[in-house]
Amino acid sequence: MSEKMILIPGRSSKQGTSLNQGKLKDEYKQVTTTLEMNSDDMKKRGLIDGDEVRLSNETGETIVRCLGVKPEDLPPGMLFIPYGPPSSQLMASDTAGCGMPLSKHMEVEIEKIST
Amino acid sequence: MSENIKIVENATCTFCGCVCDDMILHVDMDEKRITKAKNACVLGRAWFAEHTIEDTPAAMIDGKAVSIEEAIEEAAQTLSNAKFPITYGLSDTTCEAQRQAVAISDMIKGNIDTTTSVCHGPSGLAFQGVGESTSTLGEVKNRADLVIYWGGNPAESHPRHFGRYAVTPKGMFTPGGKKDRTIVLVDVRKTKSSPVADILIRPKPGKDFEVLWALRALVKGKKLSPDIEARTGVPLETLQDLTERMKNCRFGVLFFGMGLTMTRGRHFNSGALLALATDLNEFTHFVAKPVRGHGNVTGADNVVSWQTGYPFGVNFSRGYPRFNPGEFTTVDTLSNADADAALIIASDPASNFPKKAIAHLKSIPAVVLDTKCTETSKDAHVAFRTSTYGINTSGTVYRMDDVPITLRPAFESPFPDDYTILTGIRKRVNELMLAKHYASGASGQAKVAAPI
Repeated sequence: MSEKMILIPGRSSKQGTSLNQGKLKDEYKQVTTTLEMNSDDMKKRGLIDGDEVRLSNETGETIVRCLGVKPEDLPPGMLFIPYGPPSSQLMASDTAGCGMPLSKHMEVEIEKIST
Repeated sequence: MSENIKIVENATCTFCGCVCDDMILHVDMDEKRITKAKNACVLGRAWFAEHTIEDTPAAMIDGKAVSIEEAIEEAAQTLSNAKFPITYGLSDTTCEAQRQAVAISDMIKGNIDTTTSVCHGPSGLAFQGVGESTSTLGEVKNRADLVIYWGGNPAESHPRHFGRYAVTPKGMFTPGGKKDRTIVLVDVRKTKSSPVADILIRPKPGKDFEVLWALRALVKGKKLSPDIEARTGVPLETLQDLTERMKNCRFGVLFFGMGLTMTRGRHFNSGALLALATDLNEFTHFVAKPVRGHGNVTGADNVVSWQTGYPFGVNFSRGYPRFNPGEFTTVDTLSNADADAALIIASDPASNFPKKAIAHLKSIPAVVLDTKCTETSKDAHVAFRTSTYGINTSGTVYRMDDVPITLRPAFESPFPDDYTILTGIRKRVNELMLAKHYASGASGQAKVAAPI
């Protein structure tokens, strides 16, 4: 089963420190494939920390790992991921005449990948 | 660690737009690396520690090591033979190097754009439409008693912004530091910045414009329906309280991040915030400042503006600069498959752009200058490994409040700097364009930019 949620890519400390090591290094890849999710939302979907999920929209898809955060920190239905190549896969190229593609608040479907 | 340690005082960190210039660096001159960066934040410490000298060729063509001269020749040929060459990046290099990049783009009748277009580009459009009530960060430190952060998480993206400029420092008219200030944070989620806030406002996602417009209405004395909470997630009482605080403060500042520019509304969101700051000047002194990301992205705006008249998204194909975001911005020139060659400087669009743009970038010859191997540089036709500005190279950068700062390098790198490579490309491009001009039978003064 897949459900629509709002994805917010953004900066994080770990993303900043790991990109200094190099964007092709493992730590940066790990940071930018870690999806923060409201822990109540995770429970509802039968997800635990470290589970792989597929995020998709009409532009593309990417596979990331879940990490639960306190419900008071991230509202229900919202997801956060540090910017990086995985989040870029979901970004549409239309800039609406201003040069900026919509890079935050992207509507995505989330689906658990069966193991 | 060797005993050959050099101390560099008042060095500058160029990782983020704070451009903190109070670093005390301990440099191991034998190992060519920085072992300690006093006063640096977590990001700055990583910036200084991880920029070491890597064992890799300084120049490559299609993945094979070549001399720098050969690479400059191939880069100049590639760019001068293209019909729609684009230049992109520039936010992590010096103003001196940026100036060379503008000259190259002018000579080859190409397109020049910076990472601003996918950062605060929408704010740049809003500045043109609404204007900017502005100040330096020094004025904020010394005077601001109401500090509002909107759509950003400085604790993680600009860790010293709080301590050095806006929240805790003791200023001339804010001797009590944080005690003399009210801090407001507006964000859809709770972040590591939240604990610093006296007032935390959490609108519904994508409702920033509505909240800003509601505040404008209240500032102008209009009445609002209580259903504003259902629309925006923010109670009317909270908006009324913030309005009174803004009107009655002594010096207010609105810092805004990409939570505004990257979401639905984009330049309208930035424009609404800038207009709110302007409105508030009927009551008190109020300014608005974008919180800028890369170390010299503000310099890129300044250099491209003073050289072309426009801040980003500039095209020279007609022999004079034209500005048209949505057409001449790089996501568009790549996604629309306009570009047929690229000069990428200190940037990694192959990681951060939409995949349609990335696919086209990978299909055209790219000349890439970077201090590290990236998704963009590893597939480059011509790749230069360059030294790091502020660590190995001097030059000028602009802090996010448009204050220029001169860099003090810590140790020499075997790699050339961006300025040297771009100057070499610029000189060779100039020769090639002149030769083309005269080969076409033209006489008299060639219409290429004068050497600088």
